[in-house]
Amino acid sequence: MNALISVRDLTRVFDVSKPWLNRVIERLPKALLTAVSEVSFDVPENSVYALVGESGSGKSTIGKIMVGLVPPSAGSVEIEGVDLATETDAKKVEAVRDDIQMIFQDPFASLNPRWRVDDIIEEPVAAKGGKTNGLAEKLLEQVGLSAADAGKYPHEFSGGQRQRICIARALASEPRIIVCDEPTSALDVSVQSQVLNLMSDLREDLGLTYLFISHDLTVVQHMADVIGVLYLGRLVEEAPRDRLFNAPKHPYTQMLFDAAPRMDAFGREIDPPKGEIPDAINPPPGCAFHPRCPLATERCKIERPEMRGIGTTRVACHHAE
Amino acid sequence: MTDTPVLSVRDLVVEIPTRHGVLRPVDTVSYDIHAGEILGVVGESGAGKSMAGNAVIGLLDRPARIVSGEVLLSGQPIHNLKGDAIRRLRGKKMGMIFQDPLTSLNPLLTVGDQLTETILEHLSVGQTEARKRAIAALEEVGIPAAAQRINSYPHEFSGGMRQRVVIALALCAEPDLVIADEPTTALDVSIQAQIVALLKRLCRDRGVAVMLVTHDMGVIAEAADRVAVMYAGRLAELGPVREVLTNAHHPYTAGLMASTPLASQGRKRLRQIPGSMPRLGALPSGCAFHPRCEFAQEKCRAEPGPTLDRCDGRAACWFPLTDERKVSA
Repeated sequence: MNALISVRDLTRVFDVSKPWLNRVIERLPKALLTAVSEVSFDVPENSVYALVGESGSGKSTIGKIMVGLVPPSAGSVEIEGVDLATETDAKKVEAVRDDIQMIFQDPFASLNPRWRVDDIIEEPVAAKGGKTNGLAEKLLEQVGLSAADAGKYPHEFSGGQRQRICIARALASEPRIIVCDEPTSALDVSVQSQVLNLMSDLREDLGLTYLFISHDLTVVQHMADVIGVLYLGRLVEEAPRDRLFNAPKHPYTQMLFDAAPRMDAFGREIDPPKGEIPDAINPPPGCAFHPRCPLATERCKIERPEMRGIGTTRVACHHAE
Repeated sequence: MTDTPVLSVRDLVVEIPTRHGVLRPVDTVSYDIHAGEILGVVGESGAGKSMAGNAVIGLLDRPARIVSGEVLLSGQPIHNLKGDAIRRLRGKKMGMIFQDPLTSLNPLLTVGDQLTETILEHLSVGQTEARKRAIAALEEVGIPAAAQRINSYPHEFSGGMRQRVVIALALCAEPDLVIADEPTTALDVSIQAQIVALLKRLCRDRGVAVMLVTHDMGVIAEAADRVAVMYAGRLAELGPVREVLTNAHHPYTAGLMASTPLASQGRKRLRQIPGSMPRLGALPSGCAFHPRCEFAQEKCRAEPGPTLDRCDGRAACWFPLTDERKVSA
């Protein structure tokens, strides 16, 4: 199968050092934060690939690299065979840019309060000199708002309606791929279900491909076809949805599932996971998860596990079987 | 369980006068919390759940004020206390845990200073004893090497550890009641599980009454003994957590449960509650939920909003869902 998005050994390092004068006076070394480290995965057309992980796992950084908001430090993201970071043919770059759009987490921060809704929605097309006649009205109806809303300003809408406007804007340039970075985290459950249903419908009607970034396992389980679990910038496990949820291989994935609050677990007494995500500037040697891992052995402290396949699962753990 | 509940809220009404009329973010709300019990308060944003918590502890920002109803702490009315009187209770009898641990700690004081200050203020102990108790409080909430960490500043702690410090701060004067307002919302799943387990353990070991305000049904299911569901400032449903979540009587609770993605459901379409929570300035007549309710009838529109005691005692609904009329999800 030919992948629509193909990510290879993607790495992104941020320089979080103090200013040089402080470094000289306090004799500090440069501090480099590896947000994403050697991540590889493929996303086939018209599928939903979800990235899950806790804060600091690098999931949002991957999304930003994918749409070209942040350049990678190493590795590549190829969309339709074009690598946005290195491609020199401007026409190809433009074509891919049209095909990929993004929906952000906070619908209160991602809409310009001084722009009218129709201007916001038409901007991805208008910026390239495209025709926008009636486009905003058509898209508003497609996402479940009314065409009469086109003349309003963002503050006149609730959170869920704003997220619909964000979706309409993302659809304006008729993309094939939408990167959704925590699209429902800021919404209430009853509104979240409206937005998730809308996204499922649009995927079927328009043949969209989603890269779905979330920390909420129940939402991911509902939406995704394939799920990649990130820990400290590395992909630790990747599997089709049912397989991941029925038979998680990596101890971290198992820990996440055990820790997630469940609605059918009344008065459940759990032994909560130990420890916290380590410092990404000085990650532990070997497997980054070993300080919290119940299965950790000497080998885990020295040797970093490589990704290997077990059936349809890919997992980076010495002990997974 | 003793006979007098630790906290008893009776017909509490909070109003905010504005230029466009008087808003009622909390409208005729009544509930009890007994010692050693966790009452979960759920609802979507704007339901009034935080406002209800703040009203109990006397932290309403002006111009919001309690206009009627009572708040009884171990039988003593506290809703009419002012200034110093309520300040003495706050911390001593009632602890508060806020959502964002970074903004509820003073960044310029060490954790130890903040803890000893609270202990000295409320308990009659000396400096040395206060410090000893502060270290014990930090140990109790699971902060490793508490004797050293007590001299650290809040920014030197991680998010989960900071929330532990806030919990230690809320508990160090040995209160009877703790109000936890979205205590885990800013935290990661694994840390959230640690904090929920900690709250449950403290509640059980110390017999503290806990009011756990959150929007996360999963957290409620795991932690709470009873749950109060709020909608547009009113109690929609109140009952034992298992019964309310598995056999909801109020259509809103039922809709809320059905719209949450569940592990067992697979890829089915999620049920939707149409529309969104009404704004306080534009509440519909009658039952505030009726425009979104699939069972709404003439009575729901015409008569003033149903309350728990005028309906079946569990759900504030004229037509509570019985087994035959269950939502066909």
